[in-house]
Amino acid sequence: MRRKNRMKAFGLDPRRFDRTQIKFYSYLLPIAALMALPILFIVFNAFKPLDELLVYPPRFVTTRPTLDNFRALTSTSAEKAIPMSRYLFNSILSTAIVMAATLLITVAAAYCLSKKRYKLKNTFFAINEAALMFVPVAVSIPRYMVVFGLGLIDSFLAHIVPLLAIPVGLFLVKQFIDQLPDSMIDAAQIDGASDYRVLWKIVVPNIIPALSTVAILAFQASWNSLEASNLYINNEAIRSFSFYMTTLAAAGNQSVMSGQLHGNAIAGLGVQAAATLIMFLPNLCLFVLLQARVMNTMSHSGMK
Amino acid sequence: MNKPNGMPRRFKLFLDRHSVSVLQAPFIMLFAAFIIIPILMAIGLSFTDFNTIQMPNFVGLNHYVSILTDDQVFMEYALPNTIQFAIIVGIGGYILSFFMAWSLAQITKIPRTILAIILYSPSMTGGVMLSAVWRVIFDGDKVGLLNAFLLRLDAIQKPIVWLQDPTYLLPIMILVSLWSSMGIGFLAMLAGVLNVNRELYEAAYIDGVHNRFQEIRYVTIPAARPQMLFGAVMAIVGTFQNGSIGVMLTGANPTPGYAGQLLVTHAEEHAFVRYEMGYGAAVSVLLLILVWGVSQLAKKLFAEKA
Repeated sequence: MRRKNRMKAFGLDPRRFDRTQIKFYSYLLPIAALMALPILFIVFNAFKPLDELLVYPPRFVTTRPTLDNFRALTSTSAEKAIPMSRYLFNSILSTAIVMAATLLITVAAAYCLSKKRYKLKNTFFAINEAALMFVPVAVSIPRYMVVFGLGLIDSFLAHIVPLLAIPVGLFLVKQFIDQLPDSMIDAAQIDGASDYRVLWKIVVPNIIPALSTVAILAFQASWNSLEASNLYINNEAIRSFSFYMTTLAAAGNQSVMSGQLHGNAIAGLGVQAAATLIMFLPNLCLFVLLQARVMNTMSHSGMK
Repeated sequence: MNKPNGMPRRFKLFLDRHSVSVLQAPFIMLFAAFIIIPILMAIGLSFTDFNTIQMPNFVGLNHYVSILTDDQVFMEYALPNTIQFAIIVGIGGYILSFFMAWSLAQITKIPRTILAIILYSPSMTGGVMLSAVWRVIFDGDKVGLLNAFLLRLDAIQKPIVWLQDPTYLLPIMILVSLWSSMGIGFLAMLAGVLNVNRELYEAAYIDGVHNRFQEIRYVTIPAARPQMLFGAVMAIVGTFQNGSIGVMLTGANPTPGYAGQLLVTHAEEHAFVRYEMGYGAAVSVLLLILVWGVSQLAKKLFAEKA
């Protein structure tokens, strides 16, 4: 009896498949399939030719995949003043800057919070922990005023500056640096290394998992963001790709609401799906690439 | 020592002496500018009648009084909807996340990683992508995926305009939010469950734990408690952050018949549609208090055993 129980306890993180795991698969697989379904549908839609989009009843899978929708996405926007590539470029540039700048300021602050001793340190950490519960949409009005006050309205920087301080990022990196032994840092400082040097040469190389996680958080915050394009920027030429997507969606929506869902609107669905895919794929690739490091960071994510 | 290349010696000395302040300054300044100051401003604005055009007048607690006493939309729609939404999406999504994380910990690494990525991926879609994906499914025409499916089954006679129908809007918002609820908190809990020391399980079985349920209750949850608290806070924030989902799905604020109105969209309607910034700010402050209160409650629940 006890032997059997012990076997159960070893069920956690098993090395190889055995029959006792079938029961977990019996619900994990259907749930995962159900969750993947909407995304798969968008993937298929993105590659459907027009006549397959028009077919009734709608079909899930595409039989003749084409790149028509992607071509339409680039060509319809070419007729407008601002081509799609411009939105895409804006998003890529601002996201890259947000990622780099967030990493820099987060790791610098987290190192001090974790390893230095100074007044107000615990207060700052407590404030940051409370800010984990911060919901930016709740204060979009005053955030607008701050952006306005800083003179960032209609500036490309409006995509970047408001997104840089990520409380969850600081929290995770700080928890991760806590694991590094103090002796490692003391040794370097006895040799005369400055804090900057310690941070760059000792801390950063040892917290790559946490940095990867913050990179993902910063990427998602920036790549998916609508705040700047919707509220802070009126200049079409510096709006983001996610904003461009909402205009596609709005165009589709209008034709639905007016009840005339003819060819154009349905073709719009294909184009929208193509745009959604362009939005989604970088998110997915980055996460798949870094997921092992993210999981490593997450084991230090505990709150007291 | 490094040569201070090009940097005046004085400046380098200054940087070294004040390294803690220098290193922290950028984060703290941005944190203050875009998190602390906006919260303080929201509180300040909520006591005024600011409308973006005239100079604001101080109105004291008037907004709070009228929200709680004669704001029909708040009392009939925004508040009850928010509570229903938060309980199902917040608590339901949290329990679902934990259960999926626990289940994933029971299978081998490669399928676990693949399934975790699939479960996590909806949470990456947030906002724009989320509504683009689901609008196709809930399209009101007969070509909408769900309508076509139900028509074929003869479950309905004519297509239902899902997203414009007040009866279905809130349930759809809840469904969509649950779909995308397995985010960073889910990953934290998965890591937490995987990291539970196996010897704890062995010890527990010797002490008389004899089924999976007791195992979760007496070993997994206590051992993974810190990650579970982090997961809970992320669930709460995610739930309220998702507050404009109704507007994104329907493309209108207010949502049809106010059926999908939550506190976030109620605040935004007043602030950005009616330009009653002060009133909108008061609703936001109530929302922040609610989020904070619920998080404190979660902390109490998960506090180390007294």
